[in-house]
Amino acid sequence: MADLTSNFVGIKSPNPFWLASAPPTDKEYNVRRAFEAGWGGVVWKTLGSEGPPVVNVNGPRYGAIFGADRRLLGLNNIELITDRPLQTNLREIKAVKRDYPDRAMIVSLMVPCEEDAWKAILPVVEETGADGIELNFGCPHGMAERGMGSAVGQVPEYIEMVTRWCKQNTRMPVIVKLTPNITDVRKPAEAARRGGADAVSLINTINSITSVNLDAMSPEPMIDGKGTHGGYCGPAVKPIAMNMVAEIARNAETAGLPISGIGGITTWRDAAEFMALGAGNVQVCTAVMTYGFKIVEEMISGLSEWMDEKGHTNTADFVGMAVPNVTDWQYLNLNHVTKAVINQDDCIKCGRCYAACEDTSHQAILMSEDRVFTVDDSECVACNLCVNVCPVENCITMTTLEDGAIDERTGEKTGGYSNWTQHPNNPSFAAE
Amino acid sequence: MPNSQFTPGIASGRLSDTDYNENFSDLHAPLEVHEAAVAADRCYFCYDAPCMTACPTSIDIPLFIRQIATGTPDAAARTIFNQNILGGMCARVCPTETLCEEVCVRETAEGKPVEIGRLQRFATDTLMAKGVHPYVRAAATGKKVAVVGAGPAGLAAAHRLAMKGHDVTLYDARAKAGGLNEFGIAAYKSVDEFAEREVAWLLEIGGITVKTGKALGGNLALETLRAEYDAVFLGIGLGGVNALRAPGEDKDGVLDAVGFISDLRQADDLSALPVGRNVVVIGGGMTAVDAAVQSKLLGAENVTMVYRRSKEAMSASVYEQELATAKGVRIIYNAQPKAVLGNGAASGVEFEYTTSERGALQGTGEVFTVPADQVFKAIGQTLIETPEGIAMAGGKIQTSETGATNIEGIWAGGDCASGGDDLTVTGVAQGRDAAEDIHTFLMGGA
Repeated sequence: MADLTSNFVGIKSPNPFWLASAPPTDKEYNVRRAFEAGWGGVVWKTLGSEGPPVVNVNGPRYGAIFGADRRLLGLNNIELITDRPLQTNLREIKAVKRDYPDRAMIVSLMVPCEEDAWKAILPVVEETGADGIELNFGCPHGMAERGMGSAVGQVPEYIEMVTRWCKQNTRMPVIVKLTPNITDVRKPAEAARRGGADAVSLINTINSITSVNLDAMSPEPMIDGKGTHGGYCGPAVKPIAMNMVAEIARNAETAGLPISGIGGITTWRDAAEFMALGAGNVQVCTAVMTYGFKIVEEMISGLSEWMDEKGHTNTADFVGMAVPNVTDWQYLNLNHVTKAVINQDDCIKCGRCYAACEDTSHQAILMSEDRVFTVDDSECVACNLCVNVCPVENCITMTTLEDGAIDERTGEKTGGYSNWTQHPNNPSFAAE
Repeated sequence: MPNSQFTPGIASGRLSDTDYNENFSDLHAPLEVHEAAVAADRCYFCYDAPCMTACPTSIDIPLFIRQIATGTPDAAARTIFNQNILGGMCARVCPTETLCEEVCVRETAEGKPVEIGRLQRFATDTLMAKGVHPYVRAAATGKKVAVVGAGPAGLAAAHRLAMKGHDVTLYDARAKAGGLNEFGIAAYKSVDEFAEREVAWLLEIGGITVKTGKALGGNLALETLRAEYDAVFLGIGLGGVNALRAPGEDKDGVLDAVGFISDLRQADDLSALPVGRNVVVIGGGMTAVDAAVQSKLLGAENVTMVYRRSKEAMSASVYEQELATAKGVRIIYNAQPKAVLGNGAASGVEFEYTTSERGALQGTGEVFTVPADQVFKAIGQTLIETPEGIAMAGGKIQTSETGATNIEGIWAGGDCASGGDDLTVTGVAQGRDAAEDIHTFLMGGA
């Protein structure tokens, strides 16, 4: 069986599945149960400075997006960092780490953007025996208004500065958690690296309004008639998160910087995909908030089974394997031609491919009087929309034309490699 | 409970009150809101959807299901009613398994269609429960139309005509409007006086005067109607019942299934309805199934349905046949009645096995007897009387596609007219289409 043990910036855990900093890691009771269930590590919910506890709202904290059967697709929250006293959290972290020495114990931190504040908290965290810290530069609500969270994460100079303070004042590895609420995620990642970060973790939640109550005319969750933006997470954000992970993984300035992948990871496959794009491990939250801790069993068995099938003996074997295949649009092969092919045996004749192609695309699907749907190669641009709207898996597939074949649409020969940088229509190429 | 299932002969009160209530409760429970959302989500919103083509009234099924899925069942109901004002009843009684649901692409994919019938009921029930009638009449045209027969075809025609601004008088031979829906359908398909409530709701459009107890050929003459109204629509149904043409048909206990179903529907107290210990139903259509199943549900010990042709040839759908067998009805195929046995009262029916060669039915000579205290004939219905001067085809009134008869100013639709397959939904489609044609005629052409 594949070896799932993970070594992330020197922090060892029996598997690469950590719980992200969030309600499930806010106290000893939950974290012990998580470890009993098999989670490899936790990032303890964000601690703040000593003093009066942070105040959370007492109305609803979550908004949600559902599928038809009330399957939770996306969630947002307006919760702040832990609202329990610092000393209580520290005492509990110490006790749990002592009892589970083989599990990763990371502590998420968020204190004011002043060196003294960080200097004050780092030694007390270190004293717990925690394996590392994660700097919460992501929280998009509440804390940001106090000059913390994403207010810091959106300014690369601040990230670099705080990261440096932390590296100078603790022996613990420093993971910088990035906010996606920024135009180019590579910039904060570069700043983290300059500040000496051991790793980045991403994504934190995305600014969002999940729904509007059309009776009360207020965003939800609604607190006494008013709502605010929250942080979006869950399966719906996975594509956004994966792109950001890949951007950092393939950026020359940040290449090789360890990444802890976060954002909608719900199954072993999601985890494998993040890791293929360069994440050394993954952090999960919404999925456990939806289904409970037990899902880690599926993640372990699934990842293990897949690794065996592919011959990967260690998670490090496949981390980043897909990164070289992430490229820019201009390098895609313009001579690679595919056409949609409809398998008539599998076709249930719903006509969705026809509706999509006829109304919104290229009029490349033909419909006979007895509802037989076929592709007109002379119109098909291989957009793939028919594949995506077809309710039957693998009924419509994209078939690659052989090298040298003529594309009926363009009349041009396929095969070989030619991209936009070499294309005669490209002004910058033509100018040369 | 004076009697039991084992009481010999024909007797009432064979079951407890609880059993009656349970047996005659809703065949399909209505969908809850969440169930409806999940069921609606299975619809693929097909292009030029096969279900819509298969529906005799051409309801835009994908659209109404999408409207349910997006939480607007009232809009869904209007989509249904636009095509089929009796969409509520059709949702209950349509053989969806041989219409819309049979051609659902999910049936092709998984052998499990979208539950179109139940979704239709969800939508129509939701709107009707609000006690709102969704249509208003157009400006009065001053034209008067007589609609004879307040069954599905007549009701649909009357509603559409009233909507167009015409004044309609709706005649029916019975004491109550509704026709097939009120008198001819198994009780468990239409509980809580739905047929009656639906008629009342339909009439809320206004402009329709109902006159019951008026039978064409009896106290209502076609000539008079033609003279008094600008147009006439005949939706008179099939009032006659085919004879067995077997000796002993006149014995006590031999009855029309249609009458039995009607009595059952109109009964206030099911325990007062007598049913045989051994019941034989002869026929293979929906009426036969309805009579057989309801005999069983009323407490008959043995119910046997006998059909002269094969299972495949039976006009009751496979679903209906399975429903019957699931309720404990025994179905014998390929057997025809030879004689009703008994001394005064029926005691059994003698059948002969049949074979069918090139469609021609023949007895094999092999006979058997099924004990029967009660025999129900369900072998088809006929027009009692042909209205004078009206051209006929195959025992029914000959009509054009839009329901016009050979006499100008007279239209016909529903069971009494040629075409269609004797379903509520076909009647509605014919009534509606005839109304549109009548409107064009009344307004002086296209």
